[in-house]
Amino acid sequence: MIKKKQFTQILGFSILRACTLLVMLTLVVILYDIISKGIGVINWKFLTTMPTDGMTKGGILPAIIGTFLVTVITALLAIPMGMGCAIYLNEYAKDGMITRIIRMSIRNLSGVPSIVYGLFGVILFVQLMNIGTCILAAGLTLGLMTLPWTITASEEALKNVPNSYREGALALGATKWQTIKTNVLPYAVPGMLTGTILGLSRAAGETAPILFTGAAFYLPYIPKSLFDQFMALPYHLYIMSTQHHSITKVRPIAYGTALVLIALVFMMNLFATILRYKLRKVKTE
Amino acid sequence: MAKHSNLKEKFIHGLFLFNGLLVVIVLAGIFVLLVSKSAPAFKEIPLWGFLFKSTWNPTATFVSPTYGMGSMLVSTFMVSIGALAIAVPLGIGTAAYLSDIASPRVREIAKPVIEILAGIPSVVIGFLGIVLVGPVISKIFRLSSGLNALNGSILLAVMALPTIISLTEDALKSVPLSFKEASLALGATHWQTIVKVKIPAAASGIVAACMLGMGRAIGETMTVLMATGCSIAMPKGFLSSVQTITSTIAIELGEVPYNTTHYYALFAIGLVLFIITFIVNMISDIVLHKYQKVVK
Repeated sequence: MIKKKQFTQILGFSILRACTLLVMLTLVVILYDIISKGIGVINWKFLTTMPTDGMTKGGILPAIIGTFLVTVITALLAIPMGMGCAIYLNEYAKDGMITRIIRMSIRNLSGVPSIVYGLFGVILFVQLMNIGTCILAAGLTLGLMTLPWTITASEEALKNVPNSYREGALALGATKWQTIKTNVLPYAVPGMLTGTILGLSRAAGETAPILFTGAAFYLPYIPKSLFDQFMALPYHLYIMSTQHHSITKVRPIAYGTALVLIALVFMMNLFATILRYKLRKVKTE
Repeated sequence: MAKHSNLKEKFIHGLFLFNGLLVVIVLAGIFVLLVSKSAPAFKEIPLWGFLFKSTWNPTATFVSPTYGMGSMLVSTFMVSIGALAIAVPLGIGTAAYLSDIASPRVREIAKPVIEILAGIPSVVIGFLGIVLVGPVISKIFRLSSGLNALNGSILLAVMALPTIISLTEDALKSVPLSFKEASLALGATHWQTIVKVKIPAAASGIVAACMLGMGRAIGETMTVLMATGCSIAMPKGFLSSVQTITSTIAIELGEVPYNTTHYYALFAIGLVLFIITFIVNMISDIVLHKYQKVVK
């Protein structure tokens, strides 16, 4: 009897271990495929030149610059708004109806499909505000999509500041805002930034919200203003793998683009982690 | 002086309150604008037929165009449920392993792996569906193309896994230690404790995690757009090409002229998608809250 029990346990554990291994293996396969087939295409020229010959040759410079510019706009909207909302929720809000509604909205916003943000961006920015399909409209759309993530991350950072810091300042006669400014934010900003950069890295890889708000199939020049259309890495990958007229011929370029996109997302994640580490070190010194 | 600073404090408080309310405004704005853009569509399309008829042919030239999103609804749910059928057992198994069995070293490796998996952009996963999963499927089932519902389900499972794993792990970890100790003290094996005590105790948290994963899968666009073949007909099974709600919007919105019936109809299916994901997320939220109360 004991033997049967032990046998079941060994079998069960093996199944769970197999599940875990399978999940890990998925990542290994994904990374191996993209890195092994993409690395051959990547060189300085690929990263710094325009696509040529109907995008069958040349580089992906405009897509890199487009993604960079859009992400800057996303950050300009999402960072202050996300931090402000988090400060309200963690420092000012009392447990009441309004707070509950705000929290419920944040949870729901984080579940809204990215393509619905795209539709919203088309109506609000492209049509109602009449900005047109451009970097600004796409960046603002992605900014709204990033909001729930930046708010949650910023609030987490604020929660980690010990209450005694606030009480100390208040006891010395500081007002609420002075307390937040001098005794809370300096300790919370590193964590807020880390979370925000993670959110931005997800936004940089998103395609659906920029499909109709400004991403362009092929533009052989660098955008001159925020009101220009742009090429973006994720959209470029989509085009190169499904819409291009000679898909098999441009497959290496698609692999290269995928590798650059993944590398960009990882670099942003790494940067966020290092930033957190560095700023924490400064604090403790 | 005191009065002045008091005023300033109140102003700043108001500013932050406004900032907090902006989130509510954005959510309400999405709903209101979607409704306002969908409404004109229903002047010409009967609501019932729109939801349940399965012919979507908005560009018909000789007969009158038809708008029925039935096949899209079926496709969307088929692909998402297929994804859950793969991701739920795999995700729960992994979470149980990581939270109860794995050594700290394994856990330390697994955590970043799952984070990296969560960070891979959906368009890259879709690309892998074309170049990696598709050819394998077409070889196994001897099909001319591997772009079908099964492919979409596999990819969406990969995308839902990180969500399901990390939330299930949280749920398992918040089961009080005394439960586990009591079970072990009664002579149950570690395995019996996991299956018969810990997982049932964390059930609502796990259900919430799976619902959240489902919400993600239903709303995912790029992967299904690239990997499911996009044929608008009613799917016959997991090996036929399907076109989900999200792919339809992605394919057609770029091509229709602004402010036509077809254009409004696309916003209407967007509204349906918004409502479906809203309901799924709400259910997940309610289940989770119930569970938190029980644990407390």
